[in-house]
Amino acid sequence: MVDASGERVADVVVRGGLVAEVGPDLAVPRGATVLEAGGCLVSPGLVDLHTHLRQPGAEDSETVETGARAAALGGFTAVVAMPNTDPPVDSAAVALEVLALGEGAMCRVAVAGAITMGRAGERLAPMGELASLGVRLFTDDGTGVQDGAVMRRALEYARGFDVTLAQHCEDEALARGGHMHEGEWSSRLGVPGIPAEAEEMMVARDIALTRLTGGRMHFLHLSTARSAALVAAAKAEGLAVTAEVTPHHLTLTHAELAGYDPVFKVNPPLRVQADVAALRAACGDGTLDAVATDHAPHAPERKDDTLDAAPPGMLGLQTALPVVLGALCGSAGNGAGGDGGGRHAAPRHGAPAMTRAAVLGLLSWRPARIAGLARDQGGDQGGPIEPGAPGNICVIDPAATWEVDPVRLASRSRNTPWAGRAMTGQVRHTLFRGEPVVVDAEAQR
Amino acid sequence: MTRPAAMAGAARTTAPVVVRSGELSKGGRRHLLSVAELGAEGIEEILEVSDAFVEVGRRSIPKVPSLRGRTVVTLFAEQSTRTRLSFETAAKRLSADVLSFSVDTSSVKKGESLRDTVETVAAMGVDAFVVRHTSAGAPAAVARWVDASVVNAGDGWHEHPTQALLDCYTIRQVLAERSGRPSQGAGTGCFVGLRVAIVGDVRHSRVARSLVLALGALGAEVTLVAPGSLLPPSLEGWPVTKVSYDLDAVLPHVDVCYLLRLQSERGAGAFLPSVREYSAWYGLTSRRAALLGDGALVMHPGPMNRGVEIADDVAALPQSLVLRQVSNGVAVRMAVLFMLLGQVGSGGAAPDLAPTLAPTPGTVPGA
Repeated sequence: MVDASGERVADVVVRGGLVAEVGPDLAVPRGATVLEAGGCLVSPGLVDLHTHLRQPGAEDSETVETGARAAALGGFTAVVAMPNTDPPVDSAAVALEVLALGEGAMCRVAVAGAITMGRAGERLAPMGELASLGVRLFTDDGTGVQDGAVMRRALEYARGFDVTLAQHCEDEALARGGHMHEGEWSSRLGVPGIPAEAEEMMVARDIALTRLTGGRMHFLHLSTARSAALVAAAKAEGLAVTAEVTPHHLTLTHAELAGYDPVFKVNPPLRVQADVAALRAACGDGTLDAVATDHAPHAPERKDDTLDAAPPGMLGLQTALPVVLGALCGSAGNGAGGDGGGRHAAPRHGAPAMTRAAVLGLLSWRPARIAGLARDQGGDQGGPIEPGAPGNICVIDPAATWEVDPVRLASRSRNTPWAGRAMTGQVRHTLFRGEPVVVDAEAQR
Repeated sequence: MTRPAAMAGAARTTAPVVVRSGELSKGGRRHLLSVAELGAEGIEEILEVSDAFVEVGRRSIPKVPSLRGRTVVTLFAEQSTRTRLSFETAAKRLSADVLSFSVDTSSVKKGESLRDTVETVAAMGVDAFVVRHTSAGAPAAVARWVDASVVNAGDGWHEHPTQALLDCYTIRQVLAERSGRPSQGAGTGCFVGLRVAIVGDVRHSRVARSLVLALGALGAEVTLVAPGSLLPPSLEGWPVTKVSYDLDAVLPHVDVCYLLRLQSERGAGAFLPSVREYSAWYGLTSRRAALLGDGALVMHPGPMNRGVEIADDVAALPQSLVLRQVSNGVAVRMAVLFMLLGQVGSGGAAPDLAPTLAPTPGTVPGA
């Protein structure tokens, strides 16, 4: 068993949706369902800060139901649904709709609200009203708030509601028209690029605005070494900033685009090997607080187009755990590490291996806190696993191997960058509010 | 490069086509998507085959039956006159059936996807797609979607392989003539150490990308000359010897001065203050042409902006090869189509260059 309080060997009894007993060699209560976990890690359920569920508006790509099923299969017991739906989550009505859709889902569906109306970057969305519905994270994700004055007002206004603003850092003036990282491969392939500086300039600006306003800022999907360095400096200064990184930015580089395969088109774009190495190191040294999937389903008919026409984004929920364990622990592994093809970053490149507990922290209890879902924040996520705690648990077999078959994923879309790759490490069981929603890697509903 | 005819009806594969360097030469070639796939050996092979088709072009009836019964589609999703006509002429001189298809990109966006369009055309039984598209990588996507051979006729800023091949062919032909030897069998030794300046909008030029790769593979010393805003963001992996911002300093030391077309919208203030300023610094004026060494060649892929990147009287100089590039283009494209489609069975078969003087029985109506 692994949680924020450390590692130990124990049995867990869950009853009535709550953890009833934790300890070695517990007796099996009469009539209980027994889930074997020999050789496995028992962790608080994972929490994804960054999930695109596409509902309302793009139900052909994903729905709350299918996305939550993919999440449960990936070990997640909570996801934060991004607000860039159609219509976007810039009103109570849409937030309530998504929350209602999440009621019967296989994991908790928290909702992030937009910072500005229509995510247009001009007028503030009703943060107070949305916060009263339980929204704790606000972002215009998909685009960054371009106008520094608007962002300043948003940070100031948000202070009164105990909410966090989350920024998609991308300076549109520099990034506009780009389809991949600007550098060696974009130049060779003749594809308009997005320079690393398009991200870094907004990270730097928002750190300055956090300082100016005393606000609280979360940086979404950081992709460059210098972004991580900026965040490290802001933290050293004592500013209230947190940051996340995706599994794919910890493993893949722009060289994946050599064949123009749109499945590797993602925003922010896959960067260079040195960025991958720096982001891994930043996970290890505490600069980065969470790994978030940026699960971004796109229907095959839209994704399978020319590189410039295809929308950015890739699936992540069902592959995040093995990919991240492989990248950061080296204990489990996946196609990302030393597969002989030389296209992927080697495990632990330039950084010491992290413990499994530390990696699970990046995937569970630390993002739970950023999302405002931790127990002492009135939530039910992120552990620790102790009597009286909510029964949100995932059981991970770190040695199990499996192959990613896009057709067999629970998502309605198939745009996984890991198609056909062997993964080491698999979520064996997931308990959500005490219910075994995933047993032996199969969804139970 | 040979593809048995039976494969045309095989089930479509959705797996990405992995094309490794060298695979396209010596009988294994299916597509021509990038010069990078060819290597020096593959380029030399195409130049040698082109010699035979240049000879065909000099006949009174410049047509051979090599691709009789084969169907070539030119799928152009971008304005083009010369490349399209050149490919269609090449295919017709090889006796292939030619279908001409213009994709109006806006109507594709409104309705049918490029994939559906391509698969629909492929379902009619097509042996090769010649693809011109505004999107870099579009020919690679077409190659993923259909079984037919795909020839990249220019994709976005990426590559224009047959342009680079015809440019290399033209250089080799002229240098062979000067040395008094036939270009046939001349190899590619003439490129080793050849000093070539490529001048202009390298950043947005598919011609430049293909030409740099071809010349680099053949051992030439390539200098890029351009204003900073028209150079690519990175030159990592480019076989380029030097980058210069000073055309006057470069011109006395080159054997070939290759001018790129400047698209007029680049001069609207975004990349350049004005076309006039570009012309003043980077245009090959008569004064600058006089700086060139004796015998240095002037080339341009066309269409030329006279008075912008090349002065009218410079274009008319004897060492200007612009029209020769165009006429060689047909022969080189014949070679490419023939090598992709013509050698049914084992590789290495000599082209069937018997003259086509009369309709063959299979083409007589009602036969």
